[in-house]
Order: sequence, then C-alpha cells, then structure tokens
Amino acid sequence: MALLQISEPGQSPQPHQRKHAVGIDLGTTNSLVATVRSGMAEVLADEQGRDLLPSVVHYIKEGVSCVGHEAAEHNISDPLNTLASVKRLMGRGLADIKTFGSQLPYEFAADDGGMPKIKTVSGMVSPIQVSAEILRKLAGRAEIAFGGALDGAVITVPAYFDEAQRQATKDAATLAGIKVLRLLNEPTAAAIAYGLDEADQDAKDQERIIAIYDLGGGTFDISILRLSKGVFEVLATGGDSALGGDDFDHAIADWLRQQMGLGEDLNPIEQRILLETAKSAKEELTESEQVELEVLDWQGALTRDLMHSLIDGLIDKTLRACKKSLRDAGVDQSQINDVILVGGSTRTPRVGEKVAGLFGIEPLCSLDPDQVVAMGAALQAEVLIGNKSGDDMLLLDVIPLSLGIETMGGLIEKIIHRNTTIPVAKAQEFTTFKDGQTAMAIHILQGERELASDCRSLARFELRGIPPMVAGAAKIRVAYQVDADGLLSVSARELTSNVESRIEVKPSYGLGEDEITSMLQDSFSHARDDMQARALREQQVEADRMVEDLLAAIYKDGEALLDKEEQRCLQVAIQELRELRESTTEHRVLARQIESVAKASEEFAARRMDASIKTALAGQSLDEIEKG
Amino acid sequence: MKLSSDFFEIFAIPVAWQVDSNQLQRRYLKLQQEFHPDRYASHSDTEKRLAVQTASLINQAYDTLKSPLKRAQYLLELKQIDASQDSHVTSDGAFLMEQIELREALSEVRDSADPFAALDSLRAGVESSYTEQQNQFQAQYQSSDFDHAFNTVAKMQFSSKLLDEIEQLEAELEDL
Repeated sequence: MALLQISEPGQSPQPHQRKHAVGIDLGTTNSLVATVRSGMAEVLADEQGRDLLPSVVHYIKEGVSCVGHEAAEHNISDPLNTLASVKRLMGRGLADIKTFGSQLPYEFAADDGGMPKIKTVSGMVSPIQVSAEILRKLAGRAEIAFGGALDGAVITVPAYFDEAQRQATKDAATLAGIKVLRLLNEPTAAAIAYGLDEADQDAKDQERIIAIYDLGGGTFDISILRLSKGVFEVLATGGDSALGGDDFDHAIADWLRQQMGLGEDLNPIEQRILLETAKSAKEELTESEQVELEVLDWQGALTRDLMHSLIDGLIDKTLRACKKSLRDAGVDQSQINDVILVGGSTRTPRVGEKVAGLFGIEPLCSLDPDQVVAMGAALQAEVLIGNKSGDDMLLLDVIPLSLGIETMGGLIEKIIHRNTTIPVAKAQEFTTFKDGQTAMAIHILQGERELASDCRSLARFELRGIPPMVAGAAKIRVAYQVDADGLLSVSARELTSNVESRIEVKPSYGLGEDEITSMLQDSFSHARDDMQARALREQQVEADRMVEDLLAAIYKDGEALLDKEEQRCLQVAIQELRELRESTTEHRVLARQIESVAKASEEFAARRMDASIKTALAGQSLDEIEKG
Repeated sequence: MKLSSDFFEIFAIPVAWQVDSNQLQRRYLKLQQEFHPDRYASHSDTEKRLAVQTASLINQAYDTLKSPLKRAQYLLELKQIDASQDSHVTSDGAFLMEQIELREALSEVRDSADPFAALDSLRAGVESSYTEQQNQFQAQYQSSDFDHAFNTVAKMQFSSKLLDEIEQLEAELEDL
C-alpha cells in the first residue's frame, strides 16, 4: 500500500508508548499529586516522604522564595508575604474579595484591567500566579518520579466552581506549563477512586445516589451526585467555607485554656502550644479512650466522651448542611446508596459515626481521606492520556449554572440551561434596536436569576461593522460553545454581511492570552533559551500528534474519502511537517506549518467525522437483539 | 461543523414521531463513548476541536429527539417549516381562553388550602391535554397535514411551558 512507503523506520511515532499522566488535587490548605502504577493509583511523595504539599507560597523581594512546607514556616514571621488559601480567591472579582477576603490578612488591589491582586514585597501577585507555583512544584515532583517530562494532568475543582473559577484554575496550569487533560469535579473524583462508576456496570439500569462528605482543615463541602448509565450529575452542593477540622482543635484548645486557668489573651507562643497539644490529643483519642496531658506546668486528662461533647456541636452543623443539600437535590436520606468520606478531618471517628447516623449507612472510608480526590483524578488521567482503554468509563458532566446574554431592559435570556450535558453548542438570533445601528454590545452572564444585575458577569464584547439598516433588519447570530471542562467560547455574527467577532471567555477574572504569554516570558526571563526550548518542545509534541493522527486517519479512511490528488497533497504536507519538525529550532516556524497542515486536512477531518457517525451505529439493531 | 446526517440518521432510526426512548438512550451512550472529547484528550488540537463539535451535535440531537416538543418542531423543520419561534401562536380562540383560565388557576395555587394538592390536580390536567396534543400531532404529521401539525405544535408549546412553571412553583413552595 502506497502510504506505508512514507513511514521510514525509526521515525514512526510509537502510539503505544506509555505516557506520563497525573491527577492533581489543588486544595485550599494542602495539595497532592498522584499517578497510576501497575493499575493502582498512588500519591507521589516528596524527597522527605511527605505526601501533602501545603498550598503556601512565600515571596521575597526577588520573587518566589519557596513553596510548601518551607513556605508555611514563614506564616508567623512574615504573614503578608506568605500566601496561603488562595484557592478562595481564584476567579473572584475585587468586590467578592472585599466581602470575604477580610478573613485573610493580605492587602488587595486591582491591576490596570481591574483584576484583583495581592500586594507583596515582590510586587503585585495574582491568585492564579500563586496557584501556578504550587502546580509547578507538584509537576516537578512527578517529573522526578517519572524521570521524564509530564505529558498531561487532570486537575480537580470543587463542584460549585463557576465558569470564571474553572477558567482561573486552567490558566494557572497553563502558566505552570502543564497540559490539562480535564478539569474534574472533586466529588466525582472521589467516587471514581472508590470505583463506583464500575460498580454501576452490574446494574446498568439502576441509578445510584452518592453523597460525598468532605471535611478539610478549614472548609466543609457536601455534594450529592447521581450516577445513572455512566453519567455523573451533580444534584446539589452545599457546605460551609468557614468550618473545618481546625475548629475541633480550637474547641479542645479552648477547653485546655480554661482548665489551666488562663485568660483569653494568650501570646502567640502559648496559643501555638495549646493548639498543638489539642491536635495531638484529638489524634490519640482516635485509638484510646483517654489521653494524659502535660502542658507547660499543668497536668490533666481528656476522655473521648469529653472530647465528643466539645466537638459534637461543630459536627451537627455539618449535618444540618447535609440535610439542606438533600432537600435541594430533592432526595431523602433513605435514597442515598453510598456515602464517601473525604478530607483529613474525617479521620476523627466521631465524624464517621455521626454521618452514618444521619444517612443510615456505613460511609466508605477505606481509602486515605486526604488522598482520595487525587487518586480518582489520577485514574481518570490514565484513561484520558490513552494508557488504559476506558471503554467502560465515561463521565458526562453537566454545567452547574445557566449561561445567558443580557437583553433589552437588563433582563437575561438563557442560551444554555443549567444541567445541560456538555459539551454543548447553542445559538440564538438577535436583532438591532435602532435604525442605522452599526455595533452591538454582547454581555455574557451566568446564573439563574431573571435580572442581569443579579447574575454573574462573565465577559463583554462588541460586534462592530454591522452595515446600517433599519431597526430589526439585521440578523445577529450569537453562538455559545461549552467544552467538556465547562469552559465557554462565544461568537457573534451578522448574517447578512458575515461580519464576525468571537471571544474565548476568560475575561473579567481570568487572564488574557497576552497576559499569560507575558507572564510565561517573565517567569523564564532569566533563561530565555529555556523558554525557547520549551516552546519548541510543545510545538514538536503537537506536530507529532498531528502526524500520528493523520497517518492513522489516511491508513483507515484515505482510500474511501479522498481522491488521488487529495491524498497526494496531504502526504506532501505531512512529509514537509516531519522534515521541518526535525530540522527547525524556531518554534514559530513549526507552529505556522502545523497551522497550515491543520487547514489542509480540515475538510478530510470533517468528512471522517461525518462518515464515522454514519457507521457508528451500523449493526446496532443486531447487537441490541442479541443482548435482549 | 455541518454534518450531512440529520438527527434521526445519527441515531440510525427512521424519521418518525414514534421514538423508543430506551433505545435512544442506549445509542446515545454508545455514540458518546466513541465521540466524547475525553476520547481525544491525547490527540492533536484539530481532532480535539472536531470531537467537541461532534459531541455537541450528538448532545443536541439527543436533547431534541427525547423531548416531544423539540422532536415535533424538528420534524417540521425537516419539512422546511419553522415552528420554533415563541411568537408563533395559535388562532384557536377556545384554546386560548382555556390557557388564560389555567394560568389564573396557577396563580391562585399559593393561596389555596392545600397548594400541593392544587398543583397536582392542575398538573394532571395539563399533562393529559399535552398527551392528547401529541397524539394529534402524530396523526396530522403522518397524514402530511403540516398546516394543522404546525398549529398543534403551538399548543404543545403552551402546555410544555405551563408544566415547567408548575414544576418551578413546586420547587418554590418546597423551599418555604
């Protein structure tokens, strides 16, 4: 066959070469990275054997001084330059931050584009940059473990994260040079780690309702998911962003303080000693009934029952949030098939007891609750990168909030409704309001309320150059496309004149493409060659993928879908791309060639999709009969 | 992206009003298994973009075929009749009167002694006329009486919207 001639030995990409993929749990307090080895998900530790990376970055005048454990040590001595809990700030506007940022000690200011930034000794820093530092550290951990470059990652986000927060997370990954395979909801990741998606295969027509109870150090989340025929759907989420296991420690420390006869105004050192004592007492009481305590010159004992009386009120608060989410989801306790415990604070046995009491079933807790989200993400990454065929597993997500457009009178017209399965594309036509109107402002919104001012503004852009017509004569088609990560791009086109304008929604709170590029350049400014090398490497990978995809496609469908001349042109284009990939050191030159091959093969790609959709269900009726 | 297949062809079923929803769902999952962008995560950007578009189209096709109203509108669209506009109203006076009465009943639900029972009886009524309209559509469509079918779709729009509002009110009442 003719096409075999162009595959020279040694040059052919190896499709079955194992790729390096990880799952990353980018947490408020701690972050983790996991991968799959011999079929099992496992968390990658640092050189000291520590699994958790505190989500903390310390800045000095020259820039980032350290990330993780070392950074956390500066917490007390240099609080303004030690950035922690930035996940709370991701994708937020300055107004949001003013409402809840007061819990954080930092100074905030808007940059030229109105984006919120944190003032540090090294200058203004965006939450996205801080997250990128954490991601880069985790990626470094993985590259050491693999002894090679990282090919892709699945990064988890809370189920309630909106468009802007998801985009901010993805921007952070781009900034860290990580290829994102998918953003995955944290509760869905936990369900995957426990293999609930596979358990479903036995009972295909049944649906399962799963509750994920996630109690971290400083936050509590409850999510109710429905798993039905391979579709994971978030029914409701709730929780308390200011309640966590740290509050248990505070309650016990407070009891200690009273027992010791101390007043409320402790110095920071006393405070720290009491908290640490409380924390270790709490941990010991998971094993024993009573613990003997020696603090400063005080001696005493704490029993398990007494500890329960100190923390029960806090746990009850989480149970009330669970009940509320069950109501929102429209299900009652008895319909829950599985409860999963996530987060280090669920190690306190009392939490599991009370959760079991509420739902009437034993919660799943055989996996380490700190690791379960990262493990689920790693399992999904393994499938997406192509190391494991995932024929049995398909996660169809829905968008959590409706997407719409502002119309006359400050109202919102919903274009894509909440709970629509993604990816999805929808378009709607609008018209002009005034005679001779040549521009139209498009305001993209997210939310369920009727008034635009009550919804979240995602982006604004203008369609210009509409030919002057009488009011109502122009036809403007606004198209929304949401990808599998829940990220939106919008285009607007005037149909009579074909004037077009489009935007990737990474607006108000994300980073612009230019900003990312310039930040990338900044971060490599000490080593320009590094940046060049990296950019070249990225384009080479893309060129390889493209050659691999196209050769496979021609082999399979070339004879059927292309005429001789078309085949020849494509072969020439591929050959040129391969030669350039080997010879050039200029990433821009390679990028241009990739672009031109993409254009040359576009028609072929569309024909293939069309043809494969036609054959996808061929013989289907027979299968169905056989299955009965 | 423009595909040459219509939504029925994508699911390999005949162009008809009658649709087996179990079969439709099984085939939908099979198609997504093959075309979902997750299947293309490690491919080139061109293939990924195409997968997003194809999966979107499959989602749209499924969404259209599983909903009686959207399916009816789509069947007419294939006959070059646009029945998708909200502005397209029926000229059936008696039907419109009935709609006004149903809306009044809906607005009075909140003040009734047992709002949930009132809502349930209202819903039962609307659902039965919705079913009747669907049967009408089927007969008209099959006998190629597209003018009347077009009119019936307008009525289906009223019923479908009313059912949505009943559901919404129920959610609001439950939250109280």
